[in-house]
Amino acid sequence: MEFVDKINMNNYKTIIGMEIHVQLKTKSGMFCGCKNDPDVKEPNIHTCPVCLGLPGGLPVANKKAIEWTIKLGLALGCKINRFSKFDRKHYFYPDLAKGYQISQYDIPFCYEGKIETSYGPVGITRVHLEEDTGKLIHDTVNGKKVSLIDFNRSGTPLVEIVTEPEIYSSVQAKEYAKKLRQIIRYLDISNCDMEKGGMRLEANISLAVIPAEAGIQDKTLKLPNYKVELKNINSFRFLERGIEYEIKRQRDLLETRITPDQETRGYNSEKNITYTQRSKESAEDYRYFPDPDLPPIRFDDKWFGDIKSLVPEFLDEVFGRWEKDYKVDRKITELLFETAEESKKLDEIFSNLAKQKLDVNKFVNAVANKKLMIDLFVNNVDEVINTYKKSVTVDEITNEDLKKIIIKVIGANPKATADLKAGKTQSINFLVGQVMKEAKKKIEFKRLESLITSML
Amino acid sequence: MNLNKLTLKKAIDLIDKKEISLKEVYSDILEMVNKKNKEFNIYLTLNKDAENDAEKQKDRPLRGLPIAVKDNFLTVGLSTTASSKLLDDFMPPYESTVTKRLKEAGGVVIGKTNMDAWAHGSSTETSDFGPTKNPRNPDYLPGGSSGGSAAAIAADMTIAAIGSETAGSIRQPAAWCGVVGLKPTYGRTSRYGVVAMGSSLDSPGPITKTVEDSAIILNQIAGSDENDGTTSPLPVIDYTKNLKNGVKGMKIGICYIDHPKIRGTPVAKAIIEAGKFFERSGAKVDLLQTTPNLENGKVLSHEHAIGVYTVVQRSEVSSNLSRYDGIRYGKDRSNFGHEAKNRLMLGTFTLSKGYADKYYVLAQKIRSLYLKNFQDLFNKYDLLISSPSPTFALPAGSLGDDPMFGELQDLLVEPSALAGICGISVPMFRDEKTNLYLGLNIMGNYFQEEKILQAAYTFEQGTKWNSWTK
Repeated sequence: MEFVDKINMNNYKTIIGMEIHVQLKTKSGMFCGCKNDPDVKEPNIHTCPVCLGLPGGLPVANKKAIEWTIKLGLALGCKINRFSKFDRKHYFYPDLAKGYQISQYDIPFCYEGKIETSYGPVGITRVHLEEDTGKLIHDTVNGKKVSLIDFNRSGTPLVEIVTEPEIYSSVQAKEYAKKLRQIIRYLDISNCDMEKGGMRLEANISLAVIPAEAGIQDKTLKLPNYKVELKNINSFRFLERGIEYEIKRQRDLLETRITPDQETRGYNSEKNITYTQRSKESAEDYRYFPDPDLPPIRFDDKWFGDIKSLVPEFLDEVFGRWEKDYKVDRKITELLFETAEESKKLDEIFSNLAKQKLDVNKFVNAVANKKLMIDLFVNNVDEVINTYKKSVTVDEITNEDLKKIIIKVIGANPKATADLKAGKTQSINFLVGQVMKEAKKKIEFKRLESLITSML
Repeated sequence: MNLNKLTLKKAIDLIDKKEISLKEVYSDILEMVNKKNKEFNIYLTLNKDAENDAEKQKDRPLRGLPIAVKDNFLTVGLSTTASSKLLDDFMPPYESTVTKRLKEAGGVVIGKTNMDAWAHGSSTETSDFGPTKNPRNPDYLPGGSSGGSAAAIAADMTIAAIGSETAGSIRQPAAWCGVVGLKPTYGRTSRYGVVAMGSSLDSPGPITKTVEDSAIILNQIAGSDENDGTTSPLPVIDYTKNLKNGVKGMKIGICYIDHPKIRGTPVAKAIIEAGKFFERSGAKVDLLQTTPNLENGKVLSHEHAIGVYTVVQRSEVSSNLSRYDGIRYGKDRSNFGHEAKNRLMLGTFTLSKGYADKYYVLAQKIRSLYLKNFQDLFNKYDLLISSPSPTFALPAGSLGDDPMFGELQDLLVEPSALAGICGISVPMFRDEKTNLYLGLNIMGNYFQEEKILQAAYTFEQGTKWNSWTK
């Protein structure tokens, strides 16, 4: 066998690790009192000596942001470092006011968690807290091309969630990212608004070559000696497409025995391609060291207990419980709410429905299909249930009386009747509607349907 | 009478008795400034509104009296350069906590004083705006980095002054200029609005004519600050209250005089005399032995401290100066002077991948040995005494090209700086021929400012070395 044929018979396993940045929606900045407002229009108005990195400015950590990070870690099943600290990460970029970013290096707040996906669990390596940078705006002013810096975003609390290289397809990556967003919204700590940069996706993608003779299930699979970082992706769809493109691109290279370059690539959604942004051949040196301006953080039992008590029931458990108790479908129920607060309200509604022997699954479907015109989280439980009941109860009417009306309707609508007889089933909808109109009553659709059919 | 020669305490008293007016004080001070500032190069910037500002402050604790402030404290309306060309036209948009508190207490910033550029040095010769001269003898250095503030006191160009110390930068110039300098415990005074040097070491503090003046200033500037997370929440006490309580029953240990560089020198002799003085005053005084390794009851040799201090401080400097990247402040990095470039290079190296463990991490480990050593010593002693400098002031131009000049100057204070404990330097000797001074460094445990002030006051009152109280 020629070696080319042999290579072409190799299998490839996609290996993906993800890094996701999420802006927390705390009232103020990570290390200063500036307003944290992603919607601010005017540049450089939410700034101060600290987030502008002026001489003498000193960071003071936002307690709420720390607590929310721990809360997220706990909701992802992470272990928590009861002693932690902030470190300085040095690099040069015009939007980085101090010449370093305050981040966490060797002792992140949270580590070793996981998120379940339908393709298997994805291990969470770490969850750490840092500050966001400013933003560069490339513009033309008075006919001159300029780069402007907007520091409004500088110092926004930013959580980074890093996974193990345990994602094996683009769909799994998408599911993982969506689920993470769902959990974060459930915890009510971020809006995860992707268009505004509130949630930024990065995927490290590489392909492991599995020699033809080895099985794809080979557990001894080694990580490839390169990885391509796909950066600045602001939608789940683009994530999926970008990864797909990368898999194909890398596979084409590998099949001609070329190892893809270690680099950072961007995704162009219009052309649906990825493109080189910057080479990462040499490892960067960020010269991390503990930030001497910020005392280390120790979570004593009291503080840790307080944070723990903020963590709601795990989302997977909530859905599991509902599936068991009320036979509701997760895929539909999850359309109904976002936050833990809202899930508690649903719990109340569900248990009340069940008490009144009403079908919770039907209720869920009615809400999901927008058949129930009431806000679940504004109105009280009784109002919600009463509105629902009204929408589903039928009026009393005997079959005898109904039949009289049906005869009348059939007589008045010969065309629809003929269509129905000829097999045009959608005509039944019209006839049912006419009967209800004539009867001036609400009657179950199924009952009318079978009565009309039997009478033709 | 020359009112510029008044101590802060005396000036407050005389104003309260209406025996003098603020106008007269300012007039005498400005006269001295006009006469000597050009020669000594003490003030980089003068506050033209000082006298007007002062009148409005008459009823506050500091009575509108002038305070000279080192040029690394951000002051609204007065440019702040850290004696560096890179910031030579920087007008601060906000006020440092220390100067804010002083102003609220009725102090008036009369001017900004020269320093080693970025506080990198112990001579004030590395200033990008020229060296400062020692008013006690202009052929000699004032010390540094707070050389301008110490010289402003020695030259009676102010009533009180503010400096900052990373290791020796308050106490060494205070010693060389024959004035009093207090380096508070790290975290007792806020670093907010002070151009950062070694962030884990920097401590702002008073430089004054007398010990009591230092206590009066500390009363106003000490205390926790919501803008500096490393300040201590411990309440501020009245540091003047127990000044006169003496040292009876205190246990005092004498440090470092067995070192070859100190043994037999005028510094060692003066420290022994100081020890005798404290013994006569009722304290129990021991001579402590210096050892190269950590041993109970002995002083850990300061040689390691130089290495540790150099690595920690250079690392922090390289990080703190990275914000001056040429994008902001209108000046690029070529405006960094020789000393700053030296420190940036070394600090960048000691934090680099593959070297950080060997240098920075190791240095922090050894640093913790000094912390341990001082805790052991303070279990046995109330106070430790030595000198902030191994010598008298050196002649102008001594800095030369020695990149370790400052570290060798500060070798006696670097261990305590690394530990973060407090210390005060008071004049302990004057050489008749040169008119140069030595300083006694009295060190106390964390937040024991009251105790070191008490001992320093006892020494000052019981000896003839303070030129304002004699």
